[in-house]
Amino acid sequence: MSEQQTTEYEKYYVPEQSKLPFIGSIGLLLTAFGAGHMVQGNSSLSWIMYLGLAVLVYMLSTWWSSTIRESHDGLYSAQMSRSFRQGMIWFITSEVMFFAAFFGALFYGRVLVMEWLGGGSNNAATHDFLYPDFVPTWPMTSTPGELNNGAPTTWEAMGAWGLPAINTAILLFSSFTLTIAHHALIEKNRQTLILFTSITALLGVIFMMLQVEEYIHAYQEMGLTLGSGFYGSTFFLLTGFHGLHVTVGTIFLIVMALRCAKGHFTPKDHFAYEAGAWYWHFVDVVWVFLFIFVYIL
Amino acid sequence: MADHKPKGISRWLFTTNHKDIGTMYLVFSFIMFLIGGGMAMIIRAELFQPGLQFVDPNFFNQMTTLHGLIMVFGAVMPATVGLANWLIPMMIGAPDMALPRMNNWSFWILPAAFGLLLSSLFMEGGAPNFGWTFYAPLSTTYGPPSTDFFIFGVHLMGISSIMGAINVIVTVFNMRAPGMTLMKMPLFVWTWLITAFLLVMVMPVLAGAVTMMLTDRHFGTSFFDAAGGGDPVLFQHVFWFFGHPEVYIMILPAFGIASAIIPTFARKKLFGYSSMVYATASIAFLSFIVWAHHMFTVGMPVQGELFFMIATMLIAVPTGVKVFNWIATMWQGSITYETPMLYALAFVILFTIGGFSGVMLALTPVDWQYHDTYFVVAHFHYVLFPGAIFGTMAAVYYWLPKWTGRMYDEKLAKWHFWLSIVFVNLTFFPMHFSGLAGMQRRVPDYAIMFSDFNMMSSIGAFGLGLMQLLFAWILIKVCILEKGEKATDRVWEDAEGLEFTHLPSPAPYHSFETPPKID
Repeated sequence: MSEQQTTEYEKYYVPEQSKLPFIGSIGLLLTAFGAGHMVQGNSSLSWIMYLGLAVLVYMLSTWWSSTIRESHDGLYSAQMSRSFRQGMIWFITSEVMFFAAFFGALFYGRVLVMEWLGGGSNNAATHDFLYPDFVPTWPMTSTPGELNNGAPTTWEAMGAWGLPAINTAILLFSSFTLTIAHHALIEKNRQTLILFTSITALLGVIFMMLQVEEYIHAYQEMGLTLGSGFYGSTFFLLTGFHGLHVTVGTIFLIVMALRCAKGHFTPKDHFAYEAGAWYWHFVDVVWVFLFIFVYIL
Repeated sequence: MADHKPKGISRWLFTTNHKDIGTMYLVFSFIMFLIGGGMAMIIRAELFQPGLQFVDPNFFNQMTTLHGLIMVFGAVMPATVGLANWLIPMMIGAPDMALPRMNNWSFWILPAAFGLLLSSLFMEGGAPNFGWTFYAPLSTTYGPPSTDFFIFGVHLMGISSIMGAINVIVTVFNMRAPGMTLMKMPLFVWTWLITAFLLVMVMPVLAGAVTMMLTDRHFGTSFFDAAGGGDPVLFQHVFWFFGHPEVYIMILPAFGIASAIIPTFARKKLFGYSSMVYATASIAFLSFIVWAHHMFTVGMPVQGELFFMIATMLIAVPTGVKVFNWIATMWQGSITYETPMLYALAFVILFTIGGFSGVMLALTPVDWQYHDTYFVVAHFHYVLFPGAIFGTMAAVYYWLPKWTGRMYDEKLAKWHFWLSIVFVNLTFFPMHFSGLAGMQRRVPDYAIMFSDFNMMSSIGAFGLGLMQLLFAWILIKVCILEKGEKATDRVWEDAEGLEFTHLPSPAPYHSFETPPKID
């Protein structure tokens, strides 16, 4: 072996053995197994899914509290912090691609499938023989199949300028409040930091409440459900997965507010806070695309 | 350097060590390889003669489906992840992977995912039977109940792959020893970096596809149902947007392996290092804009067919750059033919055959004839078996002495190689002919005119299956029985790379706790 560099070098922290990843895998297995039974209507076995989720929550909270402890014990170097940052960026990239799948489905359906079901391109026969009564419009308000059977259920499309516009304002505003909080963190202004982080989390909660309100309205008064054809499918899956991410982001921010109150962060070292902020901005940007492509256009 | 290894089963369950995790990935993938191979044996036994012999058609469909899924997600991908885990930290002079605990989580999700998938064989209605591509509506309207467990299994595999990929990217960007600039990295590290990028980009899309399947099956959505305003072809678009980069995910690491082995045994520097890097990146970029060449027969508008045909043929350019670079590396070298080199050479030649049949399939009007025939089966088995899998075997023979400190049995390995070469061609080459003559894939019976070619394929397949048991024996001899002469630190004459020049054989449990000097 040739000589190794002995000049001062911050040691990279490689943790000792940990039981958590293995427990996490068991949690995921139980969740997947239980969910499989649940969707098949085997409700007597769906407790397995909840058990799995509980295991996951336990595992992740234990994992993250041990990273907080390690960080406080000074085990992390600047290089370690870069690992976490880059990891978070690539995680968010993968989340972007998850949404891209559903946006891609939406664009494909709207631009191509609608036209084709109406007989466009080389699909005249599809239209004439299968769905002669279907007139392609977007938002579609009844399905080609049911139109053809003579007794179509119809629904209303979700407008943009009621609750969705208010929700857009809320999320955009929350990005501002979060940025104010972040600046306060860097300027060591702890009170502003805690206040504005909490306001941001609160805006997240309000957003989710309004979103639930919107769903109830859709289901009870507009006849718009998951079963409302391709329009209902894309509407609920896109907004639903976004809502799930807002919920996760809000929990993230609440934890960050608590950690700010405990004085965990310094102007130089606050990776977790930044990760939460990045995640929140990501959720925000997804919403802007949703607002444009799902609600307005 | 403290080199204590934890003892017992907990060493493996709770480890954070990249070498342990790499070993587990490799062992897991070999087990999956044998299980998936066993399914291939059932398929080939059924196809040995025309008519129905051993299994009913539904079970045959389950076998083709699970064989594909297990080989892709259970054998090839985990094998290259295992190599990445073992090698990348040693190659760039890092103490370990950047996120060691997440690394272990990535691994342990896999047994859960494949346990779930394999358990579907014992469920009412049998295992998934719609082919590894799980096209709607076969997998939505007509899928057996076990499809739901398959869906959640795919979600788990996706989580595992994404975490593994993030780990590789962060390790490469952040853990290189001082002086190890990006353009000094071994090509295996480069190809894996690009592979990991592809994984992060496309695994979430696969998760989206199976999620849409799940809601179509149980929650009344109509993504893939024309009566509801959706389109079954949409499924194919989403699936192949994942599926095409996926094939490069499987082959790029093998490119990196060939680029490591050929220079060693040709005793020359790799020809055109930087062009190799750029070619790999170009292939990765192109892989995102060619997906619909799997769908030429679905009735796309002709402009679409043209675009995807031309984009697909473009891939031959960077791939050609790589093949010519390997040949130029060997040109006038003093080549010796140890087993890793034999496998690397077979890789270059046979992968290129698979590449050529790929160009044939890229031509839209021609593909209308070849689509869903055994010609396609021949094509992708040539790029996967003598491509990705021979690449992995080359890597195992090449680095095994570094991992274990012992040389494998060269004589047996040569037998393994030469018989594999005979059997792999005997299995897959006749499929070109039966396919061109019109034999359909995924059907348990066939017209009597295809009998001879199928019998050849089946005999080859049984031999190829036996060869894997020989491979297992060679590995057991070195790894468990600890037989074989001691390897030197350099292992091969003038082998390049930090793992050979800076570390003893076997490589210590913790390597490079302080970074090495890079000239």
